[in-house]
Amino acid sequence: MKEMGIRFILMVNKQGQTRLAQYYEWLTLEERRALEGEIVRKCLARNEQQCSFVEHRNYKIVYRRYASLFFLVGVENDENELAILEFIHLLVETMDRHFGNVCELDIMFHLEKAHFMLEEMVMNGSIVETSKANILSPIQLMEKAS
Amino acid sequence: MEQLRTFGRELAMGSQGGFYQSKEFLDLVKSIGEARSKAEEDRIVVNEIDTLKRRIAEPDIPKRKMKEYIIRLVYIEMLGHDASFGYIHAVKMTHDDSLLVKRTGYLAVTLFLNEEHDLIILIVNTIQKDLKSDNYLVVCAALNAVCKLINEETIPAVLPQVVELLAHPKEAVRKKAIMALHCFYQKSPSSVSHLISNFRKRLCDNDPGVMGATLCPLFDLITRDVNSYKDLVISFVSILKQVTERRLSKAYDYHQMPAPFIQIKLLKILALLGSGDKQASENMYTVVGDVFRKCDFSSNIGNAVLYECICCVSSIYPNPKLLDSAADIISRFLKSDSHNLKYMGIDALGRLIKISPEIAEQHQLAVIDCLEDPDDTLKRKTFELLYKMTKSTNVEVIVDRMIDYMISINDNHYKTEIASRCVELAEQFAPSNQWFIQAMNKVFEHTGDLVNIKVAHNLMRLIAEGFGEDDDNADSKLRSSAVESYLRILGEPKLPSGFLQVICWVLGEYGTADGMFCASDITGKLCDVAEAYSSDDTVKAYAVTALMKIYAFEIAAGREVDMLTECQSLMEELLASHSTDLQQRAYELQGVIGLDAHAVEFIMPSDASCEDIEVDKDLSFLDGYIQEAIEKGAQPYIPESERPGVLNMGNFRNQDHHESSHGLRFEAYELPKPAVQPRIPRALLPSTEIVPVPEPVYPRETYQTPVTPIPSNPSDAGSAELKLRLDGVQKKWGRPTYTPETSTSNSTSQKTVNGAAQVDGPSTVNSTRETYASRKLQVEISHEKQKLAASLFGGSSKPEKRPATGHKVSKASSHMLEKSHVPNSSMEVASEKTAPAQTPPDLLDLGEPTSTSTAPSLDPFKQLEVLLDATQDASAANSATSASRSPDVMALYADTPVGIHNKDEADLLSGMSNMSGATARPQPTKGSSKGPNPKDSLEKDSLVRQMGVKPSSQNPNLFKDLLG
Repeated sequence: MKEMGIRFILMVNKQGQTRLAQYYEWLTLEERRALEGEIVRKCLARNEQQCSFVEHRNYKIVYRRYASLFFLVGVENDENELAILEFIHLLVETMDRHFGNVCELDIMFHLEKAHFMLEEMVMNGSIVETSKANILSPIQLMEKAS
Repeated sequence: MEQLRTFGRELAMGSQGGFYQSKEFLDLVKSIGEARSKAEEDRIVVNEIDTLKRRIAEPDIPKRKMKEYIIRLVYIEMLGHDASFGYIHAVKMTHDDSLLVKRTGYLAVTLFLNEEHDLIILIVNTIQKDLKSDNYLVVCAALNAVCKLINEETIPAVLPQVVELLAHPKEAVRKKAIMALHCFYQKSPSSVSHLISNFRKRLCDNDPGVMGATLCPLFDLITRDVNSYKDLVISFVSILKQVTERRLSKAYDYHQMPAPFIQIKLLKILALLGSGDKQASENMYTVVGDVFRKCDFSSNIGNAVLYECICCVSSIYPNPKLLDSAADIISRFLKSDSHNLKYMGIDALGRLIKISPEIAEQHQLAVIDCLEDPDDTLKRKTFELLYKMTKSTNVEVIVDRMIDYMISINDNHYKTEIASRCVELAEQFAPSNQWFIQAMNKVFEHTGDLVNIKVAHNLMRLIAEGFGEDDDNADSKLRSSAVESYLRILGEPKLPSGFLQVICWVLGEYGTADGMFCASDITGKLCDVAEAYSSDDTVKAYAVTALMKIYAFEIAAGREVDMLTECQSLMEELLASHSTDLQQRAYELQGVIGLDAHAVEFIMPSDASCEDIEVDKDLSFLDGYIQEAIEKGAQPYIPESERPGVLNMGNFRNQDHHESSHGLRFEAYELPKPAVQPRIPRALLPSTEIVPVPEPVYPRETYQTPVTPIPSNPSDAGSAELKLRLDGVQKKWGRPTYTPETSTSNSTSQKTVNGAAQVDGPSTVNSTRETYASRKLQVEISHEKQKLAASLFGGSSKPEKRPATGHKVSKASSHMLEKSHVPNSSMEVASEKTAPAQTPPDLLDLGEPTSTSTAPSLDPFKQLEVLLDATQDASAANSATSASRSPDVMALYADTPVGIHNKDEADLLSGMSNMSGATARPQPTKGSSKGPNPKDSLEKDSLVRQMGVKPSSQNPNLFKDLLG
């Protein structure tokens, strides 16, 4: 049995279209599709005053909205929700530092870079790196090299 | 600055930039971005699949182009379509020499394939090669892939290299290597059991990133076996102390908090280690107190750390001062306007009341507010709290509320959960039999078959065994009230099957027991049930058996049995039923009716459901018969396991390895081997350049595989090729996805239930029920709330321990009291224990003498900071601006954590960086704000425009800055 804090990270826009999806446990394409549909519906139906956390099946979703883009993180039940909320913000800040005033289109045009950042920040469903410099340095080096 | 320059270059139209993108790609992204509906998006993707299928198969595709194709494949899968036609190209791309292309290949492969996919075998070789690369970024890319793609069988192929990388000079490599090892541990603990000490060693790494990452595997290890890590308490405490004293690199600061994510992980670990251990906990008090004091209440991250502190304080051995601090924070959370903080407050309260139940009282109104909040998340959390603070004085109010809520929701998962909690609470605390039966009836009526059938069986057992251990009268009263209520409920349409089974069983056992109802009443009802639910064989079976019992009791009592006509026709129908079970029951009923009173009383004793039936498992009563048979020359029975050369489906395939054991030969059915052989050696058998795999790991690996039904056969251990194939096939089907949460309610032990049930007399019950009902009608909310609060919290002045405290504790506190310190197992740990007092600055360094030589007296983190932040100067300006803005961000988040984004159309950026123009800025000018360097941003913007994506086009949101 694998124990992991984070099960998946999704970026979904207001229309429910997926902009980035990273799963830390294997789901089939159909399962992913169904899951994304379900939780996006759930989260998008909530208003700004309500909690940024939603229970779904046997785990929780912590979500945060930036402009038109929702960041959704599926976590184990005993995870610290506020910390995950700030983890999302750290991710956005990191992307912002790299792209400069990051917007939805930056993520779409540079999907692989957004993934590279996540690869630095999260492994095996655990947060392993939170220093923006450390997260971005491999990407900068790669850019330089090629 | 460097970063921005690269950025600009990459955006120039030329293809020299590493992240070169063609017009085609930009068009695709543009059209996906502007798609208005899922259907439109699907059309675009289907088109794209067509195009790519043609393009990707063309010969001699330049690798930049191929990289782009692979990203387009990622898009296809991300948007829910199958891109398996291109997987092989992603696999091929991992062989590329260019780092960026290679890493994109690895990324795509980890997104596309799971660890059981056939193509993985082709990547293992590449991973092995890359793990040995001189370029540490290549090694990192391979380690990322290791975590996602290596399965139990292939761990040995990369394990030696991963272990070697734990000592790599680059901290990024060490960090990823430790996570790869963690991943192996998660997948197959036995494969790395001899390497566990490496996790301890890396905790002392002089890079805070490696140390921080190592906390993840250590948390896992400690969760599983807390006692082996008690010696690390002092190390963890001293690390946390250093973090709070800001001795880590500034790079780990987040919103002015020093390394908050590391603090949280450490607090989680301390909570585990200190649970039920006074001595360990005493070491933690000071540092946890420090964290409390230094946290910033006004920021989200500060509150996140504070929340973790509360969790820690409520898990470790109680300390009054810390509990006070925790209580303060909780009231701060609950008084906040933010729903998020209220939620955390309710959760924290639920943890703390286990230690100090009295603190609930001061928050009663806040709790009621949360309970009545329209926000479902908050409401559920509050129900969870109420569940934890239920006692016999407030059980009625709480369970009634829970049932009302349960009826109002549609989510089956949560309905089930809350139903089983209602059952559990009612069983444990029910003040009266009547109330209990009524509550159960409601639960069953409304959740029906969602409730675990065990709960129904439990209810039957409860009615049969009764609540009162000493009072038979009370038991029969309970049964009478059950029978009465069931006869009434049977009038309602569409009852769930599980509930009907309970009803039938109870009516059969006790329907006529108290003489209130005559046999014809009960049998009539039972026939109605069988008729109304004629499609449900289980219910019918219960009904027939109940009929049989009623008639049997009648006969035994010497009364004339007069079968109702409807009952007779039911019997006729069932005697010819297609269900053999129903037929059997019908014949049995027929048989019983024909017997005399004495025989009936013997086979169907009244109220005997609780009698133990002794089962003679050895069938000793047959001994004489067997003896006789053997004497007559019969073969004695030999258990299957002791028979030589038994054949069953499981080891059928292994037959050729020990053919001598049995007369039958199976060669003709041998599976063709050559087809699989060519690819196996690449993956598993170490070839030319690969580090040899330790031999003994193989058998252990294979036997660990949980889904393999093939019995482990020592003679088979060497043949890796056969095994690999079989396991692969098996596991494809065995992989679990989301396992539904198992209900936690069934654990209540029967004895505590019975003990707790008689606390209150029925008279008080009725009165509280009345007041509660009348309260519902009252209009004045605050008054109502206060009353509700009183009924919920009123009893807390005389705190009452739950009868079964142990059965619902959280994972953290479930570790039982264990004060004995495990002797230190390794040398370095021993040194750790003594050193902290003497030389605080080098604490993290202790385990590694080699690293101390590089930085003997200086703070290792300071040095590292310089090493890591090569671009520190360049980014100084950047961080300065972010520092100056953060207070604004914080201020906004403190009130409404998501509120900052609530003005959809307003340009949020203007509020931050451009304080003067606070209102929505026209979109076109946005271009100039793209990136701190106007020239670069203009370039970028114009490129995008050239491609036809304009802020004014169909989806202006695409351009909206995420960070306002």
